Amino acid sequence: MENWKQNPRVFWTLGIPPSLWLLAFFIIPLGFLFVMSFSDKAMVDGQVSITGYDYLTGFTNYIRAFDSLYLGIMWKSVWISALATALCLLTAYPIAFGICFAKDKWKPLLLLLVVLPFWINLLIRTYALIAVFRTQGYLNKILGWVGLGPYEMLYNNFAVVFGLVYVYMPFMVLPLYATIERLDKSYLEASLDLGGSQFQTFMRVTVPLTMPGIISGIILVFIPCLGSFLTPDLLGGANALMIGNVIERQFKAANDWPFGSALSFLLMYATFGALALRYLFTLRSKGVDV
Amino acid sequence: MAAQLKPGQGPLDYGSRTWLKVLFAAIFFVLYAPIITLVAFSFNTDKRGVVWRGFTLDNYTKAWNNASLIEALTNSLVIAVIATVIATVLGALTALLMWRFRFPFKGAYEGFMALPIVIPEICMGVALLLFFVSSGMMGLFVALPWPLNLGNIIFAHVTFCFPFVAVVVRSRLVGFNRQLEEASKDLGASEWQTFWSIIVPFMKPGLIAGALLAFTLSLDDFVITFFTSGPETVTFPVKVYSLVRRGVSPEINAASTVLIVITVVATVLAMKLQAPPKADKG
Repeated sequence: MENWKQNPRVFWTLGIPPSLWLLAFFIIPLGFLFVMSFSDKAMVDGQVSITGYDYLTGFTNYIRAFDSLYLGIMWKSVWISALATALCLLTAYPIAFGICFAKDKWKPLLLLLVVLPFWINLLIRTYALIAVFRTQGYLNKILGWVGLGPYEMLYNNFAVVFGLVYVYMPFMVLPLYATIERLDKSYLEASLDLGGSQFQTFMRVTVPLTMPGIISGIILVFIPCLGSFLTPDLLGGANALMIGNVIERQFKAANDWPFGSALSFLLMYATFGALALRYLFTLRSKGVDV
Repeated sequence: MAAQLKPGQGPLDYGSRTWLKVLFAAIFFVLYAPIITLVAFSFNTDKRGVVWRGFTLDNYTKAWNNASLIEALTNSLVIAVIATVIATVLGALTALLMWRFRFPFKGAYEGFMALPIVIPEICMGVALLLFFVSSGMMGLFVALPWPLNLGNIIFAHVTFCFPFVAVVVRSRLVGFNRQLEEASKDLGASEWQTFWSIIVPFMKPGLIAGALLAFTLSLDDFVITFFTSGPETVTFPVKVYSLVRRGVSPEINAASTVLIVITVVATVLAMKLQAPPKADKG
């Protein structure tokens, strides 16, 4: 790798276009959002203006975000995301484990099967779930044959959690697969030889050794779940609002952009917090990595 | 003990355990059944779409004759093509920069380039909405004739696509043998000639894979488009969203199937193109 000073002309030719683009269409928009989050709607002739703002008036939007109504929604977003992440881990671990121990010729196909749904439009996958779960949907039809139902399965927290697991599972399988594949199988043999049961070996050897993959997977699933908008919107409706839906309302129906901006920044801080945790874990696991 | 084990029953042969196979089958069933039913019922004659009544292509003809649906699909494809071209160029420049140079604050710069990948889509969507509206770009673009009125969506799509292209192209460049570059320069080629006749041909599979990734990301995006599109500029996912909110219909199934086919073909192509570097290393 050469020092940029050796060839500054090439360095700037390569560096300037993408940096300017990111500055103009990412950093500056975020700056606008940041300023807006500290602003308020302007008052014109004693009425709240629709498009005018008083910039940088203070922390009122952030204080409002800690109102019990919004705190409740934030808390709910966190636990729905946490539950969905836990369920993703429970289903993805056996899948990743199974793929690692499958015959070599099957591995690429199995991995492709896990990843493929991820490439299908999120909206279409969510729509497919609606068709399964709605009151006149396929699942209720099948339950009807055995004399059950119909049940109202959509528009509740269960539907949102299921939808999130369904949509984000591949994110969990891939990092798990990567670490289990690298795991030295002789540790497992040693544990079994020394009289450990399969369960003990799994809990005390396999799980601790694959912890970096587990943590990566948890973070990779938790972050998009927390910021999700489409899944709770279509599957949860008004009964299972998450923070993303509240943000969307502020920018569309409620037309309260300053408050929406403040909520967006709170969501971003939560995301960065999760990423920082992941970074701390990778630092720690580097020290004890085998 | 060991002598009694049949092949495939060793303590570590988890791959051949029945319970794992059953679990696999169950999870793949849950993963694929909704999508397969969606595709299958796009050929159904029944209007309400729950019971299979017979095979038909009517839903496709209906979707094809639905002018607003076709307009949305055209918009999506135009946006995806233009955004892909720009994102591929910007992504390749970023990848070359990170691969070739050492410079101060490189780690910070790398983090900055990864930001559009990690921040929640909805935050990026509302930030761009706010930016386009307050800078007057939204008003400006809405007034322009088609396809220029798609400009703001294209800008937004390039922004979230090109960091992904950079990641893909950079992973391809890691396998490059730098002696080839040195040899080319020793033999008197200029920086530009070396770039075009040595580096670009080597990068090509990465560029194509990156471009296909950008294309699918752009074609699939709903959240960011939802916030940055003007009232007149509807893309395919935004159109499907408004239809889905009104209920389930076989016409949406047909339209969705078309989109699934496009993205799956693009993805499989991208994966095929990304595979070679592993093979020619060995």
